[in-house]
Amino acid sequence: MAGDLLGKPIPRIEDRPLLTGRGRFVDDIHLPGMVHAAIVRSPLAHARLRGLHRGRAAAVEGVVAILAAADLEPHLATTTLSVGLPSKAYRLVVDRPVLATDEVRYVGEPVAIIIARSRYIAEDAAALVDLDLEPLPAVSDARLALRPEAPRAHSGAATNVVAEFTMAYGDLDGAFASAAHIVRTSLLQHRGVSHPIECRGAVGHYDAVQDCLVLWSSTQAPHSHARMLVKLLGCDENRVRVVSPDVGGGFGPKLVFYQEDILVALAARIVGAPVKWIEDRREHFMATTQERDQHWDMEIAADATGRILGVRGHMIHDHGAYTARGINLAQNSAQIVPGVYRVPAYELRVTLALTNRVPVSPVRGAGHPQGAFAMERLLDRVAQELGLDRAEVRRRNLIPPEALPYRLPIKTRGGTEMIYDSGDYPACQAAALAAIDYDGFRARQATARAEGRYLGVGIANYMKGTGRGPFESVTIRVGPSGRVSIYSGATAIGQGTKTMLAQICADAIGVDVARITVVTGDTGTIALGHGAASSRQAVNAGTSVHLAALAVRHKLLQAAAIHLEADATDLEIIGGTIRVKGVPAMAVGIGELADALAGLPGYGIPGGLEPGVEASRHALFEALTFAYGTTAAEVEVDIETGAVAIRRYVVAHDSGMMINPMMVDGQILGGAAHGIGNALYEWMGYDAAAQPVTTTSAEYLVPGAPEIPRIEMVHIEIPTPHNPLGVKGVGESGTIPAAAAVVSAVEDALAPFCVRIGETPIRPTRILELIAASRR
Amino acid sequence: MARAHVTTTINGDVVDFLCEADQTLLSALRDELRMTGTKEGCGTGDCGACSVTIDGRLVCSCLVLAVEVEGKAIDTIEGMADGENLHPLQKKFLEHAALQCGICTPGILIAARSLLERNPDPSETEIRYWLAGNLCRCTGYHKIVEAVLDAAREMRS
Repeated sequence: MAGDLLGKPIPRIEDRPLLTGRGRFVDDIHLPGMVHAAIVRSPLAHARLRGLHRGRAAAVEGVVAILAAADLEPHLATTTLSVGLPSKAYRLVVDRPVLATDEVRYVGEPVAIIIARSRYIAEDAAALVDLDLEPLPAVSDARLALRPEAPRAHSGAATNVVAEFTMAYGDLDGAFASAAHIVRTSLLQHRGVSHPIECRGAVGHYDAVQDCLVLWSSTQAPHSHARMLVKLLGCDENRVRVVSPDVGGGFGPKLVFYQEDILVALAARIVGAPVKWIEDRREHFMATTQERDQHWDMEIAADATGRILGVRGHMIHDHGAYTARGINLAQNSAQIVPGVYRVPAYELRVTLALTNRVPVSPVRGAGHPQGAFAMERLLDRVAQELGLDRAEVRRRNLIPPEALPYRLPIKTRGGTEMIYDSGDYPACQAAALAAIDYDGFRARQATARAEGRYLGVGIANYMKGTGRGPFESVTIRVGPSGRVSIYSGATAIGQGTKTMLAQICADAIGVDVARITVVTGDTGTIALGHGAASSRQAVNAGTSVHLAALAVRHKLLQAAAIHLEADATDLEIIGGTIRVKGVPAMAVGIGELADALAGLPGYGIPGGLEPGVEASRHALFEALTFAYGTTAAEVEVDIETGAVAIRRYVVAHDSGMMINPMMVDGQILGGAAHGIGNALYEWMGYDAAAQPVTTTSAEYLVPGAPEIPRIEMVHIEIPTPHNPLGVKGVGESGTIPAAAAVVSAVEDALAPFCVRIGETPIRPTRILELIAASRR
Repeated sequence: MARAHVTTTINGDVVDFLCEADQTLLSALRDELRMTGTKEGCGTGDCGACSVTIDGRLVCSCLVLAVEVEGKAIDTIEGMADGENLHPLQKKFLEHAALQCGICTPGILIAARSLLERNPDPSETEIRYWLAGNLCRCTGYHKIVEAVLDAAREMRS
């Protein structure tokens, strides 16, 4: 029945193959004659590349080819990856070369590609390529990069400032001049790597039969990959096909088009055999984009009651050695600082510094966790300054529901307005506080203190613009088989995207989910697409599916009415059959209708209908829809070891109407775990020479099952008016407030030591240092 | 270099294969035998995606040389379901949506089965610590733990 499936926790259609070892990830692809690639990477953060000697590597039995920049140039229309999102803020254009030519600028930068009979041989040979490198001074720390005497990350560049901008509105001077309280804080916010359990990987295959270069890539964005390949190779669109097979997690950096994507594709054409490259975990830490460091100096002006008058500051953002995505990460951080609060005046100056580290790009949350952390730390400081409860300070500043829609005088990166569309922020905070028994906490804390244990509670609110457009493409087609196919530029990377789309489609048409096949992430099946990012697919692809499915339903009913000689309004769709209500014998299968509408040579289409049963939609979204929520965490800090145990963890959130609550739970839970990792464990370290020092999962510290607590959720469903399903994005919601809430809780636990924490991650050794410092 | 000949039992079937002397069991399973259900996540024994059992012992197949399994019995994800009948753990993972991208899932299922063989009634804490060697980036572990608890209940009854 149509209209009875949305909001139901139906099982995921993706799961059965994944549970039985029959998933089809990129590394599971074996093609006849396939050879394997390894990448020769720079071991230095900054050096002049004087030469490359392949003799020892070429002598290894089983090596097929060694390709450096000069070998590729004749095959390329352009040799740089020009991918930066447009902005007027750039001061330097620093695109990555396909392979380094005369200078290397981060450890891990590709210099050559080795093709060999096996991965073992390729990796052994890669180690035997002798690079003639003349070390140059490297810049590792973003703050040091901005000093006039700092070495340049790119030799000969006038500056290390790759971009700068200011986000501002309101009467800031007036706000600070009239403030009863001004509080300052400095923050070092670190976020690390994405660390999907599947690293990146690609298989390139030149299909001579179809004269088409096929790239299977573990990517979140196959369509933009295909656009890049066309640009790099200077070929027709129909000569390139990019497919995302099963993707073992993305979390942001798999959105980026990497050197390896073109290298693998091109190598397949040059050596005349399919080429597979699988990133190893060590490479993931060196060569896949990350988020890393932001340095914030902030001040907030408040009146005598704790109401915010203004916020201002400066943020330095580590951009890495090249532009791999744009300045969007820093933009996101800057534009989300006011968040769910009334901030009458705001100014953030942002400086993006080039460093000799791997480029940055968004990781789950995409700069929003840092913006939230900055604001929430400021509000904690206001509470401390005024002697107010932290929740109360927040309550006084939350935008009330009657003020929605609320226009923030800031523009998005595309120039559209930021308008908070729907929600009830105070109710959400209240729900989180109630769930964690905030009112009872001080008694729990006092009891624990009497036993020598240190408990703390922290809360944080967040705001996230979700559903970033412009659109996601969808075609729905019913075939003579009676099966329904959905094709979309949406990309499935583990979130349950296929289930989500099938569920919306089944609900709108009235067919069973089991009758639907979803094909995502294949540029050979649909022309346009944007893929998985920005908590966007439920809004964009979901709406397109909904609209296309309604059109398909209409078409089926029209065709059935002709076939059954009945009025369309008297018909119902049950499973795969359309029948006259109350007359089960008068029925026709949807496959039969599709067959009739496919036509026969020389015969007319019944009723003169348009041929075929299909519809395509690209629902357009200019405005973001704003998801928000509150996280509350209760922690216990062991002051002898510095260990933090999370006792309770609550996420209250409004992601609009839930299509599948079980999958929404999954997004929140996984997102929260990622944020807890950022708060307490994960650190991507570099030394002063910009050498990465955490290149295994164990050194980096991805949290495991013992570290992550049970997470309690409160779902608030206030529909957005921006789409017919009323849905907001949820993919990043769990992550964004996590560090702010956990750090606040740790600080609260350590209140007897007057410890102030303005950094992430806050690891045990650092907690012990802070306690020791407070005792001195 | 001559390839090594290894005779072993995999999921109950006697299997012969040829491999290089330096080839890991993970690579032999995936690249020689085309049993790609066992996954590579790190190659350094940190993530557990490549978990299999050898003579009932839970190991990371990326840290075992293929030649070491001569005469031994290996169990992998491909042998977990009985035809179309899913193992109770697989069923509960499906019901709870205890997986998202699914890359860590084979390793987690193998590890969880290994736990339940030793301890049919594990506590939540025991499950969390047993699975400490299996990293998952998608789920936050919550539903995995729920699914294992639920499967253990069902298998006991």
